[in-house]
Amino acid sequence: MSVATKSARETVEVISKSGRDRDRNLTSMLFLIGLWFSLFFGVMVLVVLIVDTAISGASRFDGDLITGYGSRVSPETTGFRAGILGSVWLMAFTALFAVPLGIAAAIYFEEFSDQTKWYNRVLEVNLQNLAAVPSIVYGLLAVAVMALMGFQQTGVVLGGAIALALLILPVIIITTREALRAVPAEIRQGSLALGATMWQTTWRQTLPSAIPGISTGTILGLSRAIGEAAPLVVVGIAGSVRFDPTGLASQITALPIQIYTLTSESREAYQTAASAAIIVLLVMILSLNGLAIYIRNKFQRSW
Amino acid sequence: MTTYPATASTKKGDHAMPQATPNASENGRSDLPDVPPNPVMEVENLNVYYNAFHAVHDVNLRFGKNEITALIGPSGCGKSTVLRCLNRMNDLVSGARVEGRVNYHGQNIYDRGVDAIAVRTNIGMVFQKPNPFPKSIYDNIAYGPRVTGMKVDNMDDLVEEALTGAALWDEVKDKLKQSAYGLSGGQQQRLCIARTIATRPEVILMDEPCSALDPIATARVEDLMVSLRDDYTIIIVTHNMQQAARVSDRTAFFTARPDETTGDRTGLLVEFDRTASIFSHPADQRTEDYISGRFG
Repeated sequence: MSVATKSARETVEVISKSGRDRDRNLTSMLFLIGLWFSLFFGVMVLVVLIVDTAISGASRFDGDLITGYGSRVSPETTGFRAGILGSVWLMAFTALFAVPLGIAAAIYFEEFSDQTKWYNRVLEVNLQNLAAVPSIVYGLLAVAVMALMGFQQTGVVLGGAIALALLILPVIIITTREALRAVPAEIRQGSLALGATMWQTTWRQTLPSAIPGISTGTILGLSRAIGEAAPLVVVGIAGSVRFDPTGLASQITALPIQIYTLTSESREAYQTAASAAIIVLLVMILSLNGLAIYIRNKFQRSW
Repeated sequence: MTTYPATASTKKGDHAMPQATPNASENGRSDLPDVPPNPVMEVENLNVYYNAFHAVHDVNLRFGKNEITALIGPSGCGKSTVLRCLNRMNDLVSGARVEGRVNYHGQNIYDRGVDAIAVRTNIGMVFQKPNPFPKSIYDNIAYGPRVTGMKVDNMDDLVEEALTGAALWDEVKDKLKQSAYGLSGGQQQRLCIARTIATRPEVILMDEPCSALDPIATARVEDLMVSLRDDYTIIIVTHNMQQAARVSDRTAFFTARPDETTGDRTGLLVEFDRTASIFSHPADQRTEDYISGRFG
């Protein structure tokens, strides 16, 4: 018997000895079931929550829900027009404030700052901390900013937008930095070697290549901001506003605030309306996230 | 064919050198003077440090007009570092420090008041990996002239001229508006060369321009280098000794010397001579060992 045939037979014995796949034994299966259960638990809670909310709000999925103003006299037809418009206005101005600032800060960090300098490292650490600050603190900060600017009114578009812009600024900076970092160094060097300045290189090469990543990050930041209620409460945005926003200084309400106000009402019809409004808010958030995913997939570039 | 009697090389003046063999350099230049008579660029006592690390030690080189100079040597010998000093691309490396002089027409480009941007406009660079911009072929070429504010009468003509100069026009003339990413690796590299010549530099630096290309694409880029020599001064870093022998007029051989205390490998110039001489009878034993494949 040759060595080769013997070892081949032995090999077959070794691989088939146990008669079954050890990845399918009891411990492995229990472990796998544990993983499944954890996943199932997380998803199930979310599904139950959404379905329950949808069922309790089902009777209010009508036109009044989005076109009507809040009503004290007929809870059956109370609507969220002011809240939806308020949230949309808030998002628009939040983006207007946060996006240019965030992109500019990220460009400084990624393209111009010298990471060997101590002050840049301090800024860097602080940026990471900023992302972990509770949202209500940004509300307080916005109140202070408004007071410094001499605004007497509370609950206006400007205050809410400042609070939310401060809230999502770290998110925008961090995602923009990641998007800029994903642009290969060769592109920058190629541009600089042609006699372009750092500014031209950033403006004409790096930034355009990073736009899909930046938009995705911005939208995800906004979808976080649209669901926030705490900082808006602090800046004095009330649930009882019954008119459309007209400008930066006009008083508004926001969807999360309206929902919060109505859930503390005793009348059943208001609870139902709040449930329906939650679904409206979820739809708004999910469409923002969907848009972010679409942009990411459509414009994603592999270098 | 005229052959100058070679009595002195730049580094080893005492080395008695026989007559250069005709056609020893395959690009057919055996009539080179010993020393570049009219150097476009000169490197004098160049030392480069990356923070505390001494990367390049005391390099002296002269780059003749309309010549191709190859910088060869084993990995880590500092040849790419030297190349990147020639158009101040090392400025972009954090912690890099350059001592000595790099003269461009007699002006030290590291003097205060020298504009690195203007230096790079005159001394272009082609990189190891083809790095076209994520734009159309046309916009890749037009980018340099646009950002440098070059006076261009007709951009279409300039694009055609640059692509023709890089032997790419016939292949891409029908798809100028398409993305440069649709081109093959070799075409992308020739596009990068075309992009560089569009800004009308005087010197073109090439950092291992063929190392990411297949042999056929490499041959085309090499042919292109030889044809560009009449209009440009070319300095190329290469790992490929056959390539240096095929295209270059002069060759500088670098090696790395480990520091006795720290063990850091500092690059230094061993020998700089006509390519024909370097490859047929090198003056230094280390050069001989390297080109005969005994080390490196």
